Amino acid sequence: MSDTIISVENLSKQYRLGMVGSGTLREDLLGWWYRVRGKEDPYLKIGDTNTRDTKGNSDYVWALKDVNFDVKQGEVLGIIGKNGAGKSTLLKLLSRVTAPTTGTIKAKGRIASLLEVGTGFHPELTGKENIYLNGSIMGMKRAEITSKLDEIIDFAGVERYIDTPVKRYSSGMYVRLAFAVAAHLEPEILIVDEVLSVGDAEFQKKAIGKMEDVSAGQGRTVLFVSHNMKAVSAMCSRTILMQDGNIAFNGNTDEAIEKYLGVSEENWDLLHYSGKPETDSHSGIHLTEVHILNKPIIKTTQEVLVEVTLKFSESHDMFHLNLFVLTADGINLFQASTETFKTAPNTSKKIVFRIPSNLLNSNQYKTSFNFVLNKSKTIHASRETLRFAIVEDLNNHDLLWYGRTPGLLSVKIPAEIISI
Amino acid sequence: MQIEKENWSLVIEPNEKWWNLRLKEIWSYRELVLIFVRRDIVAVYKQTILGPLWFFLAPIFTVIAYNFVFGSIAGMSTDGIPGPVFYLSGTTLWGYFSTCFTATSNTFTDNAAIFGKVYFPRMIAPIATVVSTLFKFGVQLLMFFSLLAYYMIFTDANIEITKWAWLFPLLVVMMGGLALGVGIILSALTTKYRDLKNFIGFGVTLLMYVSPVIYPVSAVPDSYKWFVKFNPISPIIEAFRLGFTGVGTVDAIDLVYSGAFISVVLLIGIILFHRVERTFMDTV
Repeated sequence: MSDTIISVENLSKQYRLGMVGSGTLREDLLGWWYRVRGKEDPYLKIGDTNTRDTKGNSDYVWALKDVNFDVKQGEVLGIIGKNGAGKSTLLKLLSRVTAPTTGTIKAKGRIASLLEVGTGFHPELTGKENIYLNGSIMGMKRAEITSKLDEIIDFAGVERYIDTPVKRYSSGMYVRLAFAVAAHLEPEILIVDEVLSVGDAEFQKKAIGKMEDVSAGQGRTVLFVSHNMKAVSAMCSRTILMQDGNIAFNGNTDEAIEKYLGVSEENWDLLHYSGKPETDSHSGIHLTEVHILNKPIIKTTQEVLVEVTLKFSESHDMFHLNLFVLTADGINLFQASTETFKTAPNTSKKIVFRIPSNLLNSNQYKTSFNFVLNKSKTIHASRETLRFAIVEDLNNHDLLWYGRTPGLLSVKIPAEIISI
Repeated sequence: MQIEKENWSLVIEPNEKWWNLRLKEIWSYRELVLIFVRRDIVAVYKQTILGPLWFFLAPIFTVIAYNFVFGSIAGMSTDGIPGPVFYLSGTTLWGYFSTCFTATSNTFTDNAAIFGKVYFPRMIAPIATVVSTLFKFGVQLLMFFSLLAYYMIFTDANIEITKWAWLFPLLVVMMGGLALGVGIILSALTTKYRDLKNFIGFGVTLLMYVSPVIYPVSAVPDSYKWFVKFNPISPIIEAFRLGFTGVGTVDAIDLVYSGAFISVVLLIGIILFHRVERTFMDTV
């Protein structure tokens, strides 16, 4: 237990929704009156879990509710979860921006956060002046900053502009300077929130390298909050998945990410891994079931198996089924067809389409089907039957780039290098 | 478990004891105060042509107006010293108080952006304000001393510098302490309920009229004197005038009373401020 550097116990944070008005004063006074008499504040008992989309009964919500976890020295802990899951509240409490409603946080050493980089930067001051300002706000001593000044300027790559007011900086330079100060802060615990969403690839690489340095090389602890699963997967030894103010999962990073992608991909509820039945009564062909067999998530490096069940109530000599795979915005990517076959009344057939691995990129897709007779006559064209999503394979670290691989397709194209 | 408990360098809990003023922590952040002060002073005058000259203009026009309205029209007493010297002595000291007070009473709202992102003892912000306002005060003081020198050298005005002038640094600290105390009390009270904010603007003006800024305590009718004497600002301004112009109605007891009053206000302010600073981000 001695190497535990942060210990969070029963941490909860309650927020009051709505407007501050005379009602607030009344509740404050009542709450105070209860506390004065040594009773429990009645307003702490109520409160809904923090789900944005459902209407709650109470004006109080728990942004965090009874959260417990420990972080060990030198660990890079990932914190993931969809928006509103409580990640930011947790970071605010850890960085002491606001105090918890109940529970305690114990830590050893200085906690520095990159909740938002460039805190306290004053636009009128020069880059150098802002390094001192920002560094001091983050708790550095003046001498400490002076000794690291050259390193910071070098890391940020803004040497030429260091005596220019930061209001003349490009947004990229601004962020780099801000990150550079924070990265050289050398806190025992560094909290990083979504820094990777800013800056170009080169800077991302630098930033991630620095964070790895900080944790592996110097034995410091990093809490890394991100929506970028690739980066989380590459950096974090352990990951906490937050959901509605609680810890839904705490453990192995890959498992946490799978769980996260399984529950909270944007618009996930619009995805149907099992499709709607389709019937063409005129020809007696029924598409009774359609499923994606991969579950719960499909990675780019996996085959996508689409299973269709057909029921026939009439006989046809030459029937075949076409599958179309479309992007979410309706671009038809390709058609896959079965062989033609004979159908007999009251028979059923199961068809499995195997969409090869390393073909579809991480994205959302939909499918539709055509019933074709005699290789020529389309007797029924279904609409969108199901929607599915493919996610990037996070173990596939060919590139030191933490963004999404661009393109509609994710095909491995051979490239020869020829010396001339 | 007991042994391990002592190893934690930081323990965050929902409530803190009200007597924990964390003055030690504030002291450890003293470098930040200096950097804030520097920022305030440098940033305000970058890209202005006249720079600190603006410090002179406001008091000059104020003194001209006071001299005209209260001196020439109303014919109010200036304790026998020349009007400009009298009014400038009052407004210089009063100006320091009102600037500090107004700025510190907005501590939370003005610093919401930075307080929302990073932790440092919030007291640093109002303390830095009180210190950086000293710069403006210093410049105006220079103007006062120049005026004083002019009247002493070129006129036969009845001005003398007494040994009360040695108290000057103490008077400034008292004035700053009072402004800080009252300011942080108001800032703590206004984070959630903004009502008091409406009061601050005219409250400062009202307070000026019950302070001996445009009149000397000696000119106050005896039946109202207790009222002006109750105001802890009165002894400070009177002692300042006694030191630098030789006329003032103040004795040691008045100053001790004032000092005690300020200490209590400051203590209440710090306690209230600490209560609010922990969660003000939720309500601001």
